Amino acid sequence: MTFISLFNYWAVIALMMTGYYCMIVRGNMLKKVIGLGIFQTSVFILFISAGKVIGGSTPVLREGVSTYSNPLPHVIILTAIVVGIATTAVALALTVRIREAYGSIDDDDIDDAAEEDDRV
Amino acid sequence: MSSITELMPFVVLIPLIAGPVCVLLPGRGLPWLLATFAMTTAFIIAALVLAAVFDGGTLRYAFGDWPPPVGIEYRVDAANAFVALLITGVSAILLPWGKPLVDDEVPERQGSFYALVLIALAGLLGITLTGDVFNVFVFLEISSLATYGLIAHGRDRRALIAAFRYLIMGTVGATFLLIGIAVLYILTGSLNMLDIAERLPVGEGSRALDVGLGFIVVGLSIKLALFPLHHWLPNAYTYAPSLISALIAATATKVALYVLLRFIFDVFGPAYSFTALPLAAGLMALAIGSMFVGSWLAILQSNLKRMLAYSSVAQVGYMVLGVSLTTVSGLTASFLHLFNHGLMKAALFASAGLMVYRCGGMGMNDLRGIGRQMPWTLTAFALAGVSLVGLPPTAGFISKWYLLTAAVDAGQLWLVALVLITSLMALFYIARVVEIAWMQPRPDDAPAVEEVHWTLLLPVWVLVAANFWFGIDTRLTVGGATRAAEALSSGALP
Repeated sequence: MTFISLFNYWAVIALMMTGYYCMIVRGNMLKKVIGLGIFQTSVFILFISAGKVIGGSTPVLREGVSTYSNPLPHVIILTAIVVGIATTAVALALTVRIREAYGSIDDDDIDDAAEEDDRV
Repeated sequence: MSSITELMPFVVLIPLIAGPVCVLLPGRGLPWLLATFAMTTAFIIAALVLAAVFDGGTLRYAFGDWPPPVGIEYRVDAANAFVALLITGVSAILLPWGKPLVDDEVPERQGSFYALVLIALAGLLGITLTGDVFNVFVFLEISSLATYGLIAHGRDRRALIAAFRYLIMGTVGATFLLIGIAVLYILTGSLNMLDIAERLPVGEGSRALDVGLGFIVVGLSIKLALFPLHHWLPNAYTYAPSLISALIAATATKVALYVLLRFIFDVFGPAYSFTALPLAAGLMALAIGSMFVGSWLAILQSNLKRMLAYSSVAQVGYMVLGVSLTTVSGLTASFLHLFNHGLMKAALFASAGLMVYRCGGMGMNDLRGIGRQMPWTLTAFALAGVSLVGLPPTAGFISKWYLLTAAVDAGQLWLVALVLITSLMALFYIARVVEIAWMQPRPDDAPAVEEVHWTLLLPVWVLVAANFWFGIDTRLTVGGATRAAEALSSGALP
């Protein structure tokens, strides 16, 4: 029963670890960016699920409803999502530039190329 | 008094508004002029704010007249006013210095370049002044994103890789901070720092709270480049344009340290932070690791800017070491070194930037024998190096003196030996540059170099003079650091 009542936290942790694994293990920069996106989204879900009030309705004022879910986490996370999009955009722009400069977006290839740069 | 309170938010707002305007300005002169003007104005306001804080205590400004727990407030005490003065002061000196170097390294689209500089600085100042934890996260990301872009402006293609890897690590750090903030919000339902501190269920020893503290400490340690999380720093500093290396070396890690202290001491409270996790022992071990690994790797480098970058890792170690003593005198030493290291690293990176500007390369071989051609630059580097090593009468000596006194007061005599050994290592790598530049002959096939124009030297020498000034007249630095430490710990530490 505790397991099910804490379902949102388990989901968040599973997503978080998936994203983190992607970022660390994958050599492909696009996959790293995707992992970063999953990692950030899991934290957004953590925030939003914390704002849910059981039995509460959507935070829109109307008749016959007295319990509302907390709208503040949604508003906060809206900002965090914008920040996340900006991060992804910068990361993708950098990936494009790296592809132009190195002809590859794989960590190993780039490390080899960077070592050659060091020798010059 | 009230007029200063109303003026205070403009320290952040002026660069934040001037940034987008910069994008629209054509050519090379106007964006630079606006950026310099904006940072100088912000510096004057920051100085007034610090004076007002010294006079009358904490300043509070509620945005949109919403009272603090609901709305966002800027809350400035001695600790943030002191850090804000460092950021605005160093950038107001470095921007005039960097003009010809930026013309050289970033020839096109300078409007957007200076816009990024202003936005990065506005973000750092926002982190410093705000009293709202979510605002800290947003400003942290604003300044970080602008910094990634600035690092990618470096001419070497390795700058792109450095920026991308910094982006990955920096975003993980910021997201860790966000997880910590989420835990705080779930436990208290508030985002205002003071409000959280009042509402936290500290006595009950909540597991969630421990986790939140852990995430915040680790997340900010990445931003702070504390060993072993410093991996992003050396390449980022090395391949960024010279102006950016100097600016972020003097400001970015200092702000991260300030926020970490704000969380440990004001939001969680030292009584909780240092008992819930073995934070004092952990920070001390990592600080010592930073000092030794940073100094050792600095000695091994053959690239001037990378050497200075690793030296920054070592210096972060000194700052964190002061905190880990968990005494007011240790915290004072940390704040003192935070300010003084900003000054000395700005001077070192600025003079290194001039050498790179003239020699074209950053390798030690390029610097062979340039001492006679560029005596003023090399002398500035050597004198700033003296401050880094910590010889009297420099600012570096004062901060090391306070750090050693704090260690002795805390009964940790063995730390004295470690600090002295790492100072000798610093002496070694600074002396090596001086030796290569002054004592060795210039190779015959090397291109001729000449001394840079005095307008470029003047800001560097102002920074060097500041290093000596604050080594002799310590009223501002020691007074500010003491008040900052007292404001943060509010009497809870021995």
